[in-house]
Amino acid sequence: MVPTSYFIILSVVLFVLGAFGFFVKRDLITQFLCIEVMLSAGNLAFIAFAKAASALDGQIYVIFIITVAAAEAAVGLAIILLVYKQKKSIKSEDMNLLKG
Amino acid sequence: MAHFLFFLLAIVCVGAVVAMIISRNQAYSALFLILAFVCLAALFGLLDAPFVAVIQIIVYAGAIMVLFIFVIMMIDLREGIGPEKKRWIAGLSFVIAGVLIVELIFALKGFLSPAQAAAEGSPGSPTDLGRLLFTKYLYPFEITSVLIIAALVGAMILVKKKEGEGE
Repeated sequence: MVPTSYFIILSVVLFVLGAFGFFVKRDLITQFLCIEVMLSAGNLAFIAFAKAASALDGQIYVIFIITVAAAEAAVGLAIILLVYKQKKSIKSEDMNLLKG
Repeated sequence: MAHFLFFLLAIVCVGAVVAMIISRNQAYSALFLILAFVCLAALFGLLDAPFVAVIQIIVYAGAIMVLFIFVIMMIDLREGIGPEKKRWIAGLSFVIAGVLIVELIFALKGFLSPAQAAAEGSPGSPTDLGRLLFTKYLYPFEITSVLIIAALVGAMILVKKKEGEGE
């Protein structure tokens, strides 16, 4: 049996990689992909803990998280398309209307 | 055997995410992310969650990533995104990532002790999951359907062409 801690460590590594990618990249689409990585790391932790507690509730939460991620992807990509129509660019540093 | 599978999948998954961050082409990034999601689904299978593994493949690796690929196709990025101008942002990201990993390790210290043995549980079959979903979690489930409708309508309203705005 693989210990639960291995899965938790993998989840931590994936989450930190996602956060790092979000900060270091400058195009909106890759930043959005990094958010998906962070959500998936959360899913992995949920399922690992569900197995450790031998309860099914964790898996139900993962189904909800996947649903919310799908809704978020639809709205987020619509917003990215709108931004591209207005600015002809998807660099996050070009979104500076609020900079003053 | 399980250990070998775990390490193989974990290495491929982390490698795919690193490749996604390094890659400058968004389409390649999306494809690397699909690889990472497939590995994650296999890991879910290792954790006695076959139904969630299938959902992960169908919804994440299938539907969501196809949406991403469509948007990448619509956005014309032939000139690509140039190299980093502000070097200090990369350094700051390393610092933030380091702080985050230390913080998470501290928060999860109790679970990282090797004494924590994984309990033997029955796999989460679709029957059990469905029973739980429609009894204990019925209200969250129904609220999720409202959320989906709202997101769908919102996305369509956002990208709709305004009256008389034609090309």
